[in-house]
Amino acid sequence: MATNFSPEVEAYAKAEMTRQPLVLHKRNLAWVTQKICGIVEEPTPTWWWIAFMITASLSVLTVGGVAYLISTGVGVWGLNHPVGWAWDITNFVFWIGIGHAGTLISAILYLTRQKWRTAVNRASEAMTLFAVVCAGIFPGVHVGRIWMVWFLAPVPQANAIWPNFRSPLLWDVFAVSTYFTVSVLFWYVGLVPDLATLRDRAKTKIRKWIYGILSLGWRGGNRQWRHYEMAYLILAGISTPLVLSVHSVVSFDFATSVIPGWHTTIFPPYFVAGAIFGGFAMVLTILLPFRAIYHLEDIVTVKHVEVMCKIILLTGTIVGYAYLMELFIAWYGANPNERYAFYNRALGPYWWAYWLMMFCNVIAPQLFWFKSLRTNILIVWVIVQFPNLGMWFERFVIIVTSIHRDYLPSSWGLFHPSITDILTFVGTFGIFLTLFLLFVRFLPMIAIAEVKAVLPEADPHHHAEEETHVHSSQK
Amino acid sequence: MSILAKNNEGQSVEIYAIGAEFSSAAAVFEAAQKVRDQGFKWWDVYSSYPIHGMDAAMGLGKSWVSAISLAGAATGLTTAVLLQTIPSVFIYPMIVQGKPYFSLPAFFPIMFELTVLFTAFATVFGMFTINLLPRLHHPIFNWERFCDKATDDGFFIVIEVADPRYSETDTPKLLESLGASNITLIPRD
Repeated sequence: MATNFSPEVEAYAKAEMTRQPLVLHKRNLAWVTQKICGIVEEPTPTWWWIAFMITASLSVLTVGGVAYLISTGVGVWGLNHPVGWAWDITNFVFWIGIGHAGTLISAILYLTRQKWRTAVNRASEAMTLFAVVCAGIFPGVHVGRIWMVWFLAPVPQANAIWPNFRSPLLWDVFAVSTYFTVSVLFWYVGLVPDLATLRDRAKTKIRKWIYGILSLGWRGGNRQWRHYEMAYLILAGISTPLVLSVHSVVSFDFATSVIPGWHTTIFPPYFVAGAIFGGFAMVLTILLPFRAIYHLEDIVTVKHVEVMCKIILLTGTIVGYAYLMELFIAWYGANPNERYAFYNRALGPYWWAYWLMMFCNVIAPQLFWFKSLRTNILIVWVIVQFPNLGMWFERFVIIVTSIHRDYLPSSWGLFHPSITDILTFVGTFGIFLTLFLLFVRFLPMIAIAEVKAVLPEADPHHHAEEETHVHSSQK
Repeated sequence: MSILAKNNEGQSVEIYAIGAEFSSAAAVFEAAQKVRDQGFKWWDVYSSYPIHGMDAAMGLGKSWVSAISLAGAATGLTTAVLLQTIPSVFIYPMIVQGKPYFSLPAFFPIMFELTVLFTAFATVFGMFTINLLPRLHHPIFNWERFCDKATDDGFFIVIEVADPRYSETDTPKLLESLGASNITLIPRD
């Protein structure tokens, strides 16, 4: 089509419409290998040891708290009648929600062909696994007599008692364990070619051995890639409904009960949106420091950060819509108990938690409307701390404010966390960060093969001369 | 018939394949199409990432991992139906909240979860089995250049001597005409 625009206009339009490359500064394949493997291969930096010692010490709190709980009983927590679920389930839902961002990036963004995912999927998937590990601790130990926890599994046993398959709590056992298992498989499949890269670069015999065994003898022939890519596609395909189902099933734990404030049909989509919201906040919280430490700016570009901020903005707004819709339905439903539950949330003894949640999850992410804030890494890191905090309080608000005053005013009460509650929760951050530090130290924190595949030179129809005209008009 | 060649020490060793290196994805892509058109069967293209469109360039069809996944899905779904129905209806029948013993809607979440779980296992283990992994040693690792570059930034075509179209004189010439460098005979041991 012939156009009559002046060369300046054409150059401007071209500059505006040219997509920013996913990897900056025209890095080549060998650079990607060296950059990411170099993180694993360099001698352990001092900061790593210091961070590791701090986080490992923190995780002792959870180990100790759980040991104290098991040896003494659930009375060491602040639970009471009527608040039979409090920090334990709040922490569980908080951590399991954080996992969702990793699977969203690895599965849904794969199916929707969002190529920017390649830079962040590995670390986010690792974060998913570690968050689910932290989440799994709480339902595991909150049952009281932990030596009977295997009753949750449908196994034939001497009492001939079987679990109730109509119970959402049992669905949750299946949902969370399936989620963890499938996430591990997905993560490992993605790791295999990168482990082969580490194997081929290994200098010492022991490294060659370990990475050799872990990479299963991967050779990288196209006859292998063919099946590999199909398997990856299928895993992405099944993980997509899986990630949407996990938090839906978690929300069933509440929604299928008859407690005012829990018994709502909006819960599944509202929980899923909240999980993705909180998950991306944690991805940015944990990835941005490593991006700075290891100078990964060319791979995890400002564009990547910006896109994730937009997802936080979107899901935060969905969460805000859900909060308001809950209020509207409570009023419109004209059920006095339901109306009171929401009145009590906003103006009762836990009003501060409710408004903190509102501020952190609905108001604070609105700052991401501004491009200048989305592209400032330091400000982004500060802003995403609000969702991190707010999402914990969201679960606290849903759980505690709903059950502390239900139908029977004579049994109303308040919840006060015990020191064991607090320290056990604080310790999970230690576990989470310790696992993440180990991951960064021993495994490639960015998917090498996948980042290579999105480089311009990776395209078999790419020819070196094509790219000359693109950047000349910029800057 | 095994094909022998002399190594550096002058001993004759059995040859597994002939390997050739290419400079770029575009080069190896074009070369693969030519090798395919020559009718070779026992050969492969090696790269550090999956090259888009290489399956067609090599004349390979669609991967059949999906069939294994489907079998896994069917197994998972059946398992979940039986796992829930047998205890709820036959072994431990109990009325909960006035629901029938066979409460299909309430069984859906676990049916979904186990379908996904078994599909994932079938897909991952099926894929590794089809790819004949784990296999920690392979003759191709005897080629030093390959080990240095294949998972870094190299592009290789390797044609096995077992291929009926392999010829000691013509195949190296073919690879050379396609712009290959480092054409090497890879020993089997």
